[in-house]
Amino acid sequence: MSAVTETIDTVQSVTEGTYKWGFETDIDMEFAPKGLNEDIVRFISKKKNEPEWLLEWRLKAFAIWQKMEEPRWAAVKFPPIDYQDAYYFAAPKQKAKPKSLDEVDPELLRTYEKLGIPLKEQAILAGVEGAGEVPADSRVPVAVDAVFDSVSVATTFKERLAKEGIIFCSISEAVQNHPELVRQYLGTVVPQGDNFFAALNSAVFTDGSFVYIPKGVRCPMELSTYFRINAKSTGQFERTLIIADEGSYVSYLEGCTAPMRDENQLHAAVVELIALDDATIKYSTVQNWYPGDEQGRGGIYNFVTKRAHCRGKRSKVSWTQVETGSAITWKYPSCVLLGDDSVGEFYSVAITNNFQQADTGTKMIHVGKRTTSTIVSKGISAGRGQNTYRGLVRVLPGATQARNYTQCDSMLIGDQCGAHTVPYIENRCITAKVEHEATTSRIAEDQLFYCRQRGLSEEDAVGLIVNGFCREVLKELPMEFAVEAQKLLQISLEGSVG
Amino acid sequence: MLKIEGLTAEVDGKEILKGVDLEIPTGELHAIMGPNGSGKSTLSYVLAGREGYEVTGGSVTFNGRDLLAMEPEERAAAGLFLAFQYPVELPGVGNATFLRTALNAIRRARGESDLDAMQFLKLARQRLKELHMPEEMLKRGVNVGFSGGEKKRNEVLQMALLQPRFAVLDETDSGLDIDALRIVADGVNALRGPEFSALVITHYQRLLEYIVPDRVHVLMGGRIVRSGGPELAQELEASGYASVQAA
Repeated sequence: MSAVTETIDTVQSVTEGTYKWGFETDIDMEFAPKGLNEDIVRFISKKKNEPEWLLEWRLKAFAIWQKMEEPRWAAVKFPPIDYQDAYYFAAPKQKAKPKSLDEVDPELLRTYEKLGIPLKEQAILAGVEGAGEVPADSRVPVAVDAVFDSVSVATTFKERLAKEGIIFCSISEAVQNHPELVRQYLGTVVPQGDNFFAALNSAVFTDGSFVYIPKGVRCPMELSTYFRINAKSTGQFERTLIIADEGSYVSYLEGCTAPMRDENQLHAAVVELIALDDATIKYSTVQNWYPGDEQGRGGIYNFVTKRAHCRGKRSKVSWTQVETGSAITWKYPSCVLLGDDSVGEFYSVAITNNFQQADTGTKMIHVGKRTTSTIVSKGISAGRGQNTYRGLVRVLPGATQARNYTQCDSMLIGDQCGAHTVPYIENRCITAKVEHEATTSRIAEDQLFYCRQRGLSEEDAVGLIVNGFCREVLKELPMEFAVEAQKLLQISLEGSVG
Repeated sequence: MLKIEGLTAEVDGKEILKGVDLEIPTGELHAIMGPNGSGKSTLSYVLAGREGYEVTGGSVTFNGRDLLAMEPEERAAAGLFLAFQYPVELPGVGNATFLRTALNAIRRARGESDLDAMQFLKLARQRLKELHMPEEMLKRGVNVGFSGGEKKRNEVLQMALLQPRFAVLDETDSGLDIDALRIVADGVNALRGPEFSALVITHYQRLLEYIVPDRVHVLMGGRIVRSGGPELAQELEASGYASVQAA
C-alpha cells in the first residue's frame, strides 16, 4: 500500500469513526454531537440501551417540546438560550481507575470535602480501585448515588438497602432492572408536556436517581445524591423518581455543586415523588451550583421541575431546600395533595448575591379532604441579587377543611438588591382555611455592632444573623446537611457587606 | 491601662463629648456617674467603636495600643467588653451558638485553639453555676423574649465567658431588682484582679454598694467635672448632681 493510500485510509477511518460515533474524545468525556434533534434523542436512548416504549416516550416529549415556547413569566432575565448550541450527552469515559485518592482530580475532592463526604466514601465516589463498598457500620449512614454529568458513577450501601427490599439506583439501571416500576410511574407526576423545561428533560434526560421503598419499610439511612456538572457547555438533565409505597418512609438528600465555568450552563431536572397511603417522603436539597462571578458572568441556569403526588391517605411529602448557588434559579417544588388527610410541606432558603436571580416557591394543590400544607420561605438578597417568592395555594371544592399556612420572610443586605413576594391563593372551598404572613427586614446596624463587639468579624456576624433568620428552615434539614448548609449560607454572602 | 486624652466626639453632627480625660490603671475599677444626656453612653460606644459615633479629636490608648484605630472586633479581641445598656435581640440565633462563636473568635485572635461544643458546654455550665443562672439560658435565642433583667444577666454571662481585660458596663443596673443586681455585681467582682480593669457607668450609687469602685468620676456636659474616691458616690446620692455643677 502506498503512503498516500495509507494516509487517505487513515484519514477516512478517523473521520468516519468520528462521524459514526459522534464523539469528541479530546478530554475524558464522551459527547453526542452538539444540538438537539430526533436523532440525538434516539442516540441517547440507544446509548442507554433503553426499551422501545421509553424511546417512544422520549420522542413524544421531543415533539411536544418543539411546539412549546420558553416560559417568560418568571421575574428573571437572561439572554436567549441557543438549544442547538449545547451538548445533550456527556459521559465520563471509561478509563483506568485511579489507584488512590492522590490521583483523583483535587477539585473534585475539594468539592466532596466541602460537602462533608467522609474520605472513605470519597474514594468510592471517585472510583478508586479497591476502595470497595462503604462499611455497613459506617458512623453516618448515608447512601450516596453520585451523578457526574449524566452517568451515575457509583452507588454505595446497595447491599444493606437490598436487604430491606429498597431499590436505590440510577434511573438508567432502574430502566434495565425494574422496567415495570419505571413504566408505571414515570411521567405520572410531571407529564412530558407539563412545561417547556420538563418536556426538554423528558426528551433528553440522561440519568438521575430511582428510589422505591416497599410497603411498611422505613428506610434505615438517608439516601443521598450528589449532582455535579462537569463538562463545558453541557446541559444536565437528570430525572429522579421516588416512590414510597404504603406505610413507608424515606429521607432523600440532594446536593448539587458545579466547578467554576465562564459560561452559562443549563440545568433542567425533573423530580417526581409519589407517596402512597401513610407514606412519608422527606426531600432535602442543598444547591450550591456556580453562581457566576461578581460581574454576573457565567453561572448555572437552574430550571427545575419538582413535584410530589401525595396519592395516598395520610401521606406526607416535605420539601426542604437551601438554594445558594446558580445564576438563575427557577424552581417550584410542589405537592398535589390528593389523598385525604395528606400533608405537604415546603421549607426554603434562597440566597441571591452579586447578580444572582432566584424565582422560587411552591405550589400546594389541595384536592383531598382535610389536607394540610405549610410553606416557610426565607429569601435573602445581597449585592444586586433579585429574589422572588412565587407560590400558589389552590384549594379545590372537594378539599373540605383543608388548611394552609404560609410564611414568607425576606431579608435585604445592602441597597441594590430586591425582594419580591408573589403569592397566589385560590380557595374554592368554604370550609378551608388559608393563612399568609410576610415580612421584609434588613440586618440592623445594632445587631451587627453587638456581634462585632463580641469579637465576630462583620462577615461572621452577617452569617450568624442570616443563619438565625433561616433557622426554621435549617432545622428541617438532616443533621449532617444542616452544618454544610450553614457554611454555605456564609460563603454565599462573602463580600456582601463592608 | 486605659488612657483617654482630650477625647471629643459627635453624633449626627452634634458634639457630645467635649474633651474627656481619664486614666484607668490596670487592676482598677472606676465608676462614671452623671445625669441623663451627659455623654455616658456615647463614651461607652466610642470606646467600643460603634458606627455613627464620630471621634473628632483626642486619643484613647489601651495598654499602649491606639484603640481608636481598631475595628470593633479587634477591640474585643484585645480584651475590651461592653455590657450593653440595651442588649440586642438576634432572632433564631441560639445563645450557646452565639457565645461559642464569640468565644472562639476571640480565642483565635489570641492565638488559642477553638473550643469544641463539648468543651464549650462544660465551661458555660460552670459559669452559669457560678452566676446562679439556669442552664436554659443557653438554649434560648440571643436575648429574644428575655425580660430586662434576663438580658442584663445574659450580658454578665457573656462577660464571664469571654474573660475580658477591660469591661465597660453601661448602666447594667438599670431595671434590675435587688437579686439581679447582686448577680450582676457578683459577676463583675469575680473578674476583679490585678489584670482586669473596668468602667462602670451608672446613674445611681446603688450598684456601687455591691461593686465598690477604686475611683468615681462625674461626667457632665461631655467632660469629667469631678473625680474622687468611693465616698464621692455617696455624696452625690445625698446632694445630687446640681451640687457638683455648683462646685
